[in-house]
Amino acid sequence: MNHPYRVLAIALLLVLVGGVAGFGLKPYPIYLISQWAVYTISAIGLNLTLGYAGQISLAQASFVGIGAYATALLMPHGVPFGVTLVIGAAISFILGVLLGFPALRVQGHYLAFVTLALATIAFLVFRNESWLTNGTSGIDKIVRPFPFTSDLAYLWLCLGSLAIVTLGTWWLLRSPWGRAFLALRENPVRASSLGVDVRMYTLLAFAIGAALGGVSGALFAPLGQYIEPAEFALPLSFSLLLMVVVGGSGSFLGPFLGAMVAVALPEVLRSFQDYYLVIYGVMVILLLVFSPDGLVGLIERAVRRRPVAAPAEPAK
Amino acid sequence: MATDPNSPVLVMDGVVGGYGRMTILNGLSFSVARATITTIIGPNGAGKSTAFKAIFGLLNLRGGRILLEGKDVTGHSPAALIGQGVCYVPQGRNIFPELTVHDNLELGGVALGTTAAMRSRVEEALDRFPILRQKARAQASTLSGGQQKLLEIARGLIARPSLMLIDEPSIGLSPLMVKDVFATLQKLRDQGVSILMVEQNARSALEISDNGIVLETGRTRLVGTAKSILNDPRIAKLFLGAEVDLDEPAPV
Repeated sequence: MNHPYRVLAIALLLVLVGGVAGFGLKPYPIYLISQWAVYTISAIGLNLTLGYAGQISLAQASFVGIGAYATALLMPHGVPFGVTLVIGAAISFILGVLLGFPALRVQGHYLAFVTLALATIAFLVFRNESWLTNGTSGIDKIVRPFPFTSDLAYLWLCLGSLAIVTLGTWWLLRSPWGRAFLALRENPVRASSLGVDVRMYTLLAFAIGAALGGVSGALFAPLGQYIEPAEFALPLSFSLLLMVVVGGSGSFLGPFLGAMVAVALPEVLRSFQDYYLVIYGVMVILLLVFSPDGLVGLIERAVRRRPVAAPAEPAK
Repeated sequence: MATDPNSPVLVMDGVVGGYGRMTILNGLSFSVARATITTIIGPNGAGKSTAFKAIFGLLNLRGGRILLEGKDVTGHSPAALIGQGVCYVPQGRNIFPELTVHDNLELGGVALGTTAAMRSRVEEALDRFPILRQKARAQASTLSGGQQKLLEIARGLIARPSLMLIDEPSIGLSPLMVKDVFATLQKLRDQGVSILMVEQNARSALEISDNGIVLETGRTRLVGTAKSILNDPRIAKLFLGAEVDLDEPAPV
């Protein structure tokens, strides 16, 4: 019965551990934990769209890009970070609604292609509209918002944002809204017979997921203090998709674990250099063969096996 | 609510509609009295299920009106109708098999505004159906067919409907389970829910019903108390499986 509270507690504990660990760590590990927090926010968004509402999207990186560019471009004009974050999220939300419209007509692979088109257009805008985005040269010297200028303080900003997003998502998923997303994923026709406005919820699934991508982008830009178009191209979309799937699509903790793998694995496998991606790929394939529910599914099964063994003990 | 207990819950007034260019309902008119079980019978293709779709806003109507509690609800969306106290339990299996019984019940509350309301209604449903409480954490696909039907009914009740549309509840169920489902419907009726049912199993459905409606080619052929329809020799011959003597003149 306390399962929903347990996953929330675990998620917040992860955030807390990250924040405390920051005290004793060098700048690079601090950067990695911040990156984990930022990717996790984005993956939580995609998990809403894909995992809970069942709508595939290859455009999540574009929303991260929109959030990042909104912050990088507006902050030098004196717009406070909080406002740029909201603007980035709002633009992403609106584009997310627009992206949702094709999903009312097409599903599955076809929907993937439509979202791919949006991802491509967004990338071309980031790269070619130099008057706005400074093209391939990117934007450098992005200032961190006061008082989160030090690496450690910025880590806490990222983790604090992740905590807020975590609480918000948890609340959303347990509300009738979250249940409606679930009904939508399981069976749209049956969902509509229960009074789920399939049209509105499909659009919302995209829009909320996209808005979280925007939030994550707003945090992303001041983290590395430099952005360029290639960072928000398809590889990031696939990477975010992998985070959701590896972590466990449709499970609350999935994005947290998936993003952890995505951030930590390159570091762990650094000595393998170019073979890193091959190893990553093989690991993903193996994981999905043995546990289609991702890491969360794997862990849940391991945990469930224990109580099965437990009743045998009193017998001896 | 200050509704007159004698006023009908639902009135169909000359409803015309169908699929594409095909017309199924040819000016269908009938009404459902409050806190009764009304069973619609009729041959295949008479428009029984289509009538339900029309009421629940799943069909484009070309004419006529549908009144719920005296208010015109013609063309309202299913979500709006649920808000106004209609629930629809379609034919066949309509649970979400991969989800738990508890989650299935919660999905009945998606049209409710708040999480708290959803939760308390689910608890009520579990109180009402102890078998579902026993299996609350089980995957819904592990329930028997009859239990799945009860789950669907329980889920429909989450929205506290005043009118339940239930299409062929006995289909695919063992006779014992059918009894169980029918008994549940009677209990609901006694609690004030009006029930409109379509049933192939016409005789047993009419036996637990207050009123009956006979449909033919999308029109109301006959309306009466369930008893009078059960005792009508013509109906008995046509739909209830009595011996048919074609030479015998129809009684007036």
